[in-house]
Amino acid sequence: MKKINTEPLFKRQNYFLRIGAVITVVMLLMIVVGYFWTPYSTTQMNADLKFAGPSLAHPFGTDNFGRDIFSRVTEGAGTTFFIAVCVVLIGCIGGTIIGSLTGYFGGAADTILMHICDAITAFPSILMALVIIAAFGGGKYRIILILGILFIPSFARVVRGEFVRQKNLNYIYSARLMGAGHFRIMFRHILPNTIPVLLPAISIGFNNAVLAEASMSYLSIGVQPPDASLGRMLSEAQVYLGKAPWYAIFTGLVIVLLILGFSLLGEGLQQKNRR
Amino acid sequence: MKYIVKKLITLIITLFVVSFLAFLAFQVISGDAATSMLGTNATPEQVAQLRAELGLDRPVLVQYGDWLGSFLQGDMGTSYTYNIPVRELIAQRLPVTALLTLMSFILILVVSFPLGLLAAEQEGRLLDRSLTISNQIIMSIPPIFVGILLSFVFGEVLRVFVPGNFVSYKEDLPAFLLYMLFPAISIALPRIAMTVKMLRSSVLNEMGKNYIYTAYSRGHSRSSALVSHALPNAMIPVVAFLAVSIAEMAAASIIVEQIFSVPGIGRLLLASISNRDVPVVQAIVVILAFWVVAVNFIADILYQYMDPRVRLS
Repeated sequence: MKKINTEPLFKRQNYFLRIGAVITVVMLLMIVVGYFWTPYSTTQMNADLKFAGPSLAHPFGTDNFGRDIFSRVTEGAGTTFFIAVCVVLIGCIGGTIIGSLTGYFGGAADTILMHICDAITAFPSILMALVIIAAFGGGKYRIILILGILFIPSFARVVRGEFVRQKNLNYIYSARLMGAGHFRIMFRHILPNTIPVLLPAISIGFNNAVLAEASMSYLSIGVQPPDASLGRMLSEAQVYLGKAPWYAIFTGLVIVLLILGFSLLGEGLQQKNRR
Repeated sequence: MKYIVKKLITLIITLFVVSFLAFLAFQVISGDAATSMLGTNATPEQVAQLRAELGLDRPVLVQYGDWLGSFLQGDMGTSYTYNIPVRELIAQRLPVTALLTLMSFILILVVSFPLGLLAAEQEGRLLDRSLTISNQIIMSIPPIFVGILLSFVFGEVLRVFVPGNFVSYKEDLPAFLLYMLFPAISIALPRIAMTVKMLRSSVLNEMGKNYIYTAYSRGHSRSSALVSHALPNAMIPVVAFLAVSIAEMAAASIIVEQIFSVPGIGRLLLASISNRDVPVVQAIVVILAFWVVAVNFIADILYQYMDPRVRLS
């Protein structure tokens, strides 16, 4: 017999998740392919092609040096993506370790660490990163390290909350009765169950990292040349806004798509968990 | 009362820690101000003399105590690059940034509350769905790009204002307000989307609770139950969120001031960072820190006031 689906049509389909996945896959493909091959060289200048508008040969047009914007945007998106992934990795791993230990064991260390985390999250991360970079100097790897550390508290808090909630559930008591040690319970039993809350946090963190990197590079305290960067390209493009608006528009659009894809994915995952 | 005192003590401790770190980071680690002022050609004697003049040769804690003491009295030192008191520099720039923040905040309140309530009221209908989708897209547009798009559309195409041609509020207030409207929108837009989304889900969460059914049974319509019963409770998390966004707007204004060449605190901070103008950077960092901490403190108090459950537990 045919099974009848009783759920309403609108609920059954998770549009956010699907559209987010499509955008993200397209962006990832562009970045991965762009890493090995771009239609034009990203450094080759061409005086004849200055400020050429979007065409079949140059879909996003060319910039003030006659360089193909599509190729440059691909490279810049790669840098931004690399930085964002590293930042989220540092934040997520650090946050998971701190959050699981403090959430599981509690005590004075928990109270102190959470107060420190509160203090750090109170300050906007871009502002903090700006000030720290101003004091210590910038560059790609410094940005990754600084933003990564600044992102730890937000992950720690999410993981900690879930550990506090889960550690008193029955399945943990039974695991303990069966003789499982603390670390086995923490990482084998509780940690997999934090994934539903961790995934949206990762998507938010990724977006914040993209935003922070683009903003700092725009202010020219972020990624330094020769590394390509979307934020730096935007600040260059702004100068030629009247002459070559496509430069800024396509560069910005790539940032928007990068963020939109991940935020839709995160939103879709949250909707999926709620059901 | 006890709670307020406890929070106040935390606030003071946080400010001490932040000011010490700001002091330490720039005074000690960022390199020698005397060397950078005199350039690389200076003799060691000249450098030593200037260091003594600036008081850089004393122990760190003494320098900090000295700096904090005069800071609290309103003396923030002298700018290395402009050679005028830091206080004057900041007094010129602070009103601009404050007005920018105020304008963005008013925009957020005026736009997001009606939209959020409307979306909740029309839950599941076309208006609600299109708002949800546009929210999701708007949230993904970074303030830099909003700013650039605005200066392209309103500056280059429609010619409503001239990007980069800032008018001081002292000279021409209407022109200033018109110019500042665009930076304010750039800061406000992503936050409007977030606030609408949050208010909508918070109201809908309350609308599912039993007291709303009680209100229905007493003859309230859906919209009157929404406004007079659900909204006050739904406001609590939204107010907390708005308070945090005021703190974040300080960071956003640094970027947006750069896009629109608005001579505010943010531009001064960036210029001073690249000039290694340590007293100015320190003063701005401490002021911004104070702003963030104070806003969070007020948010905590408001939270108490609005939600008796927090106050009584």
